[in-house]
Parts: sequence; C-alpha cells; structure tokens
Amino acid sequence: MNGMVNESPGGDLRLDGLTKRFGRITAVDGLDLTVAQGSFFALLGPSGCGKTTTLRAVAGLEEPTSGRVLLGDRDITRLRPHRRPVNTVFQSYALFPHLNVHENVAFGLRRRGIRSVDAEVARMLALVRLDGFGPRRPAQLSGGQQQRVALARALINQPQVLLLDEPLGALDLKLRRQMQVELKRLQIEVGTTFVQVTHDQEEAMTMADTVAVMNAGRIEQLGGPADIYEYPATAFVANFLGQSNLLAAEAAGPAGSEVPVTAHGARFSVPADRARADRGAVHLGVRPEKLHLAGTDAGLPAGHQHVAGVVTDASYVGVSTQYLVRTAWGGELSAFVANSGLGGQLPIGASVVAHWDPRHAFLLPREPGHGDRAAGRLDAPVGAAP
Amino acid sequence: MTARGRHRLLPYLLLLPGVAWLLLFFAVPLLQLAAASLYDPGGSLSTGYAMTWAFGNYPDALRAYWPQFARSFMYAGAALALALLMGYPLAYAIARKAGRWKNLLLVAVVAPMFTSFLVRTLAWKTILSDNGWLVGLLRDVHLLGPDGRLLATPVSVVLGLTYNFLPFLVLPLYASLERLDPRLLEAAGDLYASPAQTFRRVTLPLSRPGLVAGTLLFFIPATGDYINAELLGTPNEYMIGNVIDSAFLVRLDYPQGAALSFLLMAAILAAVFGYLRRADPSQGVL
Repeated sequence: MNGMVNESPGGDLRLDGLTKRFGRITAVDGLDLTVAQGSFFALLGPSGCGKTTTLRAVAGLEEPTSGRVLLGDRDITRLRPHRRPVNTVFQSYALFPHLNVHENVAFGLRRRGIRSVDAEVARMLALVRLDGFGPRRPAQLSGGQQQRVALARALINQPQVLLLDEPLGALDLKLRRQMQVELKRLQIEVGTTFVQVTHDQEEAMTMADTVAVMNAGRIEQLGGPADIYEYPATAFVANFLGQSNLLAAEAAGPAGSEVPVTAHGARFSVPADRARADRGAVHLGVRPEKLHLAGTDAGLPAGHQHVAGVVTDASYVGVSTQYLVRTAWGGELSAFVANSGLGGQLPIGASVVAHWDPRHAFLLPREPGHGDRAAGRLDAPVGAAP
Repeated sequence: MTARGRHRLLPYLLLLPGVAWLLLFFAVPLLQLAAASLYDPGGSLSTGYAMTWAFGNYPDALRAYWPQFARSFMYAGAALALALLMGYPLAYAIARKAGRWKNLLLVAVVAPMFTSFLVRTLAWKTILSDNGWLVGLLRDVHLLGPDGRLLATPVSVVLGLTYNFLPFLVLPLYASLERLDPRLLEAAGDLYASPAQTFRRVTLPLSRPGLVAGTLLFFIPATGDYINAELLGTPNEYMIGNVIDSAFLVRLDYPQGAALSFLLMAAILAAVFGYLRRADPSQGVL
C-alpha cells in the first residue's frame, strides 16, 4: 500500500495552532479546531478569510508555517498528500480530462495497487446516481454530473476525512439545492467526516452539523447553525450569517436577569443570557425577521420594545416584504415581514413602530467609536429566498 | 449578383490566394519533380531528358543509396531521442517552474534562430574541432582517447541535428505543458499518486499533443537535413539529403535526384502515419 498511513479507525480531526503565512500576509492565524469523527463540518467565511488555506493544509497541499494537523492521535502535518488518508473534492472538480469516468473514479484505487476495481467503481457510481456513465469523458458531462464524479472519485478511497472545497460553487441555484440534499444523504450513508469550505451561509446552514465562521484567518464563532444564527458572537458573524440590525448602545452592567442599555437616547433591555457584553460600548442586535411593524405604539404585545420610524423602502420578495425604516436619529432598520396576513404592503412614507420581543435581541461587544451597523440592504435573507 | 450570392462566394474568394500559391509553387513543382523521376536515366542536362516512364529509377536509386537512407533515419532518430531527453525537462521547467523567468527562457530557446542555420552549424564546427576546448576536456577526462575526435564522426552530426532542431520540439511541448491545469496535479497527489505516478498518469498523457507535434516538427526536417552531415561529417556520414543535393547540383542526375526525393517523402509519410496511428489519444497509448 505504498507506505500509506493505514486506515485504522481514525478519530477526530484536530488542528492545533495552525498558522499559514504567505510572505507578510497571515492567511490562517493560530487556528485551534476539533472536528468530531463522522460529523459534517463547514468552514464558512468570505473569500480571503483563510478557509481554503485551512482545508489545503489538511489535504497536505499547503505546508503550514506552524501548528499541527492531527487525525486521531496521529500527527499528519508533514505527510505528503499522497500518503494522507484524506481526499478532496476540488472546487473546479479537477477531473482528469484524458480519462473516462470509470478511470477517474478508479484512479485512487489503482495508485494503491488495487487491481480489480470494477465492482467498487460501479458501486460508487450507483451511490452518486451515475450508473452507466463509466465510459463517458468528463467533458461530456454536465456540471452536476461532474461534481458527482468528483465526489465518487474521492469517496471510493474511504478517506477518514473528505474535504470539499466550495463543492457546489459552480452549479446553478436549483442544482445546488438538489446537491445539498444529496451530499447530506451521502454523508449520512457513508458516515465519513466531511469538512466543507463555503462562502455560502445557506449552504453551510442546511448541510453542516457544525459551522465555524471564519474571518481574517481566525474562527469568529463555532457551533450549530441555529445556535450561531440565533445568538451570534460578533458583529461580523451577525451580519455574515444572515443579517442583523445592530444599534450602537451603552450598557452599564447587568441588573437582575436583564441588561439595560441606552441607544440613541432610548432605553432598552436584553436578557442577561443573551449578552456577550454587558458593560460599556455594545451593539444591540435584532434580526430583521424579528422586527415587527405596527401603525402606532398602542397595543404592542406585552414586553415588546419599540422604535418609531418612517418606511423608506419596501421590496416584495414573495414569502416576505423587506422594509427599510428610518428612525428618528437617522439610522435605518431592516425588517422582514412575512406575507402571511391579508393586509397589503405598507406604503413608503408611512409612519410605523418597529417592535421586538427582547428575548430575540442580543448584545455584542462594540469597539468604541463604531456606530450602527445596518443590515445589508434588502439582500435575500436566510430562508426567505423565493 | 444578390447579396446572398456574394455571401456564399466569400469563403472561396478568401481561399483563392492560398490555393493559387499552393498550386503554383507546390503542386506544379511537385508534378514536375514526379515527371523528372520517370525520365530516361541515360539523358543529361545538356542533351535533354526524354520521358520514358522509367519506373526503374526508383529501385535503382534505392539500391545505390539505401545506406544513406537508413543513416538518415538512424541519425534523426538518435537526435530525436537526445532532444527528448533534454527538451522535455527543459519545456517542463520553463512552463511550470520558471516563474517570472519564463519569457526570458523562451527567448533563449528561440534566440539561435535569429542567426542563420549555416552560421549556427559552422559554430558547432568550431566547438567540436580537434583542438577545441570540448575535445580537449573529453580527452583530459579520458572519455576520448588521445587521438579521439568528435568532428567528422556520426556523433557530431547527431549533435548538430539535435541542436538545430531542438526548438521545434521544445516550443509545442512547452505550449501543452503550460496549459496543464496545476489542480489536476494536486488532484493526482490527493488521490495517492506519488510524484512519479502523477507524471506518468497525468502530466505525460496530457502533454501528448505537444509531444506528438514536437516530435514531428523535429523528426521530419532532421531526416531530410544535409547541412549538418555536410559541415560536421564526412561522406561516411552523408545522409539522403546530401545524396539528393549532389544528384541535382553536382552530378546533375535529375531523374535520380527526383526519384530519391519521392522515396524520402514516401518514407517520411509512412513513418508519420504509423506514428500518428500509435499516438492517437483515443487509443490511450503513447
């Protein structure tokens, strides 16, 4: 077997102080991370955040400047890529154009000296629903089919960890949805650890058990998709994973189970267990879909807090209508209102009261001097795309 | 004429200059040469040639000069082998490892072409001469005997051929290696291929178009060459090109020169077709 590390039961993938510098640029900055065996893990972040470099360091395609990559108890940091029990689904698939689908899928087995590959190749092609495609050339396949060949080509080697570099990035929206479901099904079926790199928050949230949001070479937050979404740890996460209205506020420490804050002259409060910071400069955050709009402040649900404003923009996106509300201090709030009632759209210029349940609000630390951070203007929010 | 009719004629009009050129300067001379190869061998330039459909010119020419034929293919083959050994790594290094030196190195490969073929070959005469530094060095390290020489040997002719036609091999190879997607090499490594296996299974097959083109561009002119044998060899190293040269320009035996020319063309065409059949990418073998 070529001196390859034997496929003993693997264990968790651990990154220990992983750092990668390119010249003066630090792409990955002292990353510590544990990916549980058998989990579907997503590294989510904007381009240039170091997520792909991290993945390549695990694959052995990039040598870390410092730090270690461990599989179970084994240190694989200095192992050449062809000796690692890890396979990659490349962003552009990187299928071998001179080999047919069968030989592409058989490539890894053949390199390890396995002669009779036909049965296994057929089984893998069936798994990715490409039975009978063996004799075709990659150029004769659609993007989605190529993607599945790349998947079969990696999975046939029964890697301890499967790395996926923006695996669905080249597919159109509909196919991407379909492949998200397929990938998730496959991961459950084969039980291999999947580590996926993506800049698409929706992709990360629908597929992964655990999401690590990366920014500037570091992990900003790690957790289940719902946990991160409902209670982001930083302003970056709050606006990268979905959108948030972040109001610049001042807090003066907790009072009982509440943290009272002052923002733009008004007083609000947030439950203490939803405060990442409770003293000094903070951001008061509310997700746009958790902002409700009412005509007056009379008859708001009990306990709700509110801000008055004027509708400056409305866009209808089917499941919801997305409003921009200008507040008295000139800031803009974004509110997504589900189109579940019978009432029509609020007209631009209408006076409204934006109100929310404080149990949906959260407090984040704020660097003094930073002001409001409005939600992105009317981008498609998570779960509300047509 | 309608606009539509003009439209239909346009492609033919565009072809016209090229076709006229080929007819005048390729097809007509080729027919003339074919005719000359069948003239009465007893004729001469002064008494004139009679067309006697003398097909016997062909076997006669082959009988008289088969050693030069064989030598042409042997020398060109040896030179090709040497050129591949040097040219593949060279093209690979320029295409994949040279970084910002890439263009400079490409210019260096092509630069000798800026001087004339004859001048370059004459320079090799100096390099390989008996009292040149190279022979001196080889004698000092006993790779050559005290009276050993390079010039006027088969070695010098093969070296000359290798040198003169190397760029024709390197450039197409470079072009196909340069296009090679580095992610494919990463993918091969990721799929347990050692660097050697990656070369054998990915790099080499994907550089095949350049390899085939370069081999042909090298081998065809090298087989027909006569300058290298003329300047760096002796009559014992003469190739078929030298024989044709002398048939036309020294011995003035036009029928024989023409017959030899056609034999060379036929031999090269046969070799090329045989090679292309084997090198057909769909066959999967090189």
